[in-house]
Amino acid sequence: MKKRTKMSFPSKYLLLVFTVFCLGLMLVTFTTKIMPEPLKLVAGYTIIPMQNGINRVGQWFNDKADEFESLKTTQKENKKLQEQVDELTIENNQLRQDRFELDRLRELYGLDQKYPSYNKIAARINGKDSGNWFSTFMIDKGSKDGIAVDMNVIAGSGLVGRIVNVGPNWATVRSIIDDAHNVSAMDLATQDMCIISGSLELMEDNLIQMSQLMDTDNNVQPGDQIVTSHISDKYLQGILIGYVTEVRDDANKLTKSGYISPAVDFEHLEEVLVITNLKE
Amino acid sequence: MKRVIVDIVFVLVCFVLQCTVFQSWAMADISPNLLIVVVSSVGFMRGKTEGMLMGFFSGLLIDICYGDMLGFYALIYMYIGYVNGFFQSIFYEEDLKLPMILITVSDFVYGLIIYVFLFLLRNRTDFFYYLLHVIIPELVYTVVVTIVLYRLILLVYRKLDTSEKRSAGRNAD
Repeated sequence: MKKRTKMSFPSKYLLLVFTVFCLGLMLVTFTTKIMPEPLKLVAGYTIIPMQNGINRVGQWFNDKADEFESLKTTQKENKKLQEQVDELTIENNQLRQDRFELDRLRELYGLDQKYPSYNKIAARINGKDSGNWFSTFMIDKGSKDGIAVDMNVIAGSGLVGRIVNVGPNWATVRSIIDDAHNVSAMDLATQDMCIISGSLELMEDNLIQMSQLMDTDNNVQPGDQIVTSHISDKYLQGILIGYVTEVRDDANKLTKSGYISPAVDFEHLEEVLVITNLKE
Repeated sequence: MKRVIVDIVFVLVCFVLQCTVFQSWAMADISPNLLIVVVSSVGFMRGKTEGMLMGFFSGLLIDICYGDMLGFYALIYMYIGYVNGFFQSIFYEEDLKLPMILITVSDFVYGLIIYVFLFLLRNRTDFFYYLLHVIIPELVYTVVVTIVLYRLILLVYRKLDTSEKRSAGRNAD
């Protein structure tokens, strides 16, 4: 009998086996939304250290480049900022007086603070989606640091996205500008509900799509703040998403749609904060 | 054994570079697809089986880190590696035309597949927008990177071939 060596095993059978395997994996992970833990562990101990190393080198070069930046601009900026500090200090004092009064009044009414302060974890972005189609990125904190799926991610004062996948020392964040992302939101001033959805086509103009806006009284104006709504099951209420830039009537004359410009600068995002409180 | 290590190193390094350095070197928000270059090069240099396995593991890496479901990218990259393997018989190291054409076509087909399955099925019908703003720019950038990366891959695999031949000859003695 002819002995079969490893090389003579026809590759088309191997292809068939792997295809069936892939389709099976797709079916299982699509229906259960669960990623096998061992695979995450493998990624955590191969990719993450390499990415961190590269980022550290990149950071070093950036720092060196920054040092060469002329001192003049910094001084000029410093002067301007000093003026701003003075201005803001005065304003802040007034606001603090108001704040004390508000606290006192709240106490009188026995009201809880409307937005409790959330616990946050700072994380650094250490990798972006390998393709050009979606806007997901990786951060350097994972389940070891107490991060879980569906936690909200913010930067500065604005919403960045939410955690979609967690490994031991890494997590993936899907940002709100991602093409496959929708958030239920509302206008802060008028409390009108709408849907915010990311779009690859609008990303170039740094805008996000706003649709199904229920504004029967025509109160929503460009410049209005759009925040996450109370009916969203994944996002905590009242996180700033962005500002309305354009509103127009839909063809059905019942709802409106338009564009908002996000509060976060997604181009230059380096660090983010993960809110560890989950919406219940 | 040596070959497997080299393959793993290539996939890991390209994936990490693609997610970090090349994302910050992105032009107009577009970064090149290094993994396509590696998978398709291994396909036409080493044949169907190796191209297929290389594609499978590269795709799986993307699935684990950035995918929604496991196996989707693995399947695409696997078939790209496999199909490139058919061209092994007409591949000559000195000829740069065939690798360039194959890598270009591979990246284009990859872009089309992603568009159809992940965008068209979600009712994003403006094909020409995506063609002009994502697929073609990625293609151009990838081809530019290929000119450098392909030579590097060729060099490493040629070294590997000679060292393997030498050790095989020693074993035969």
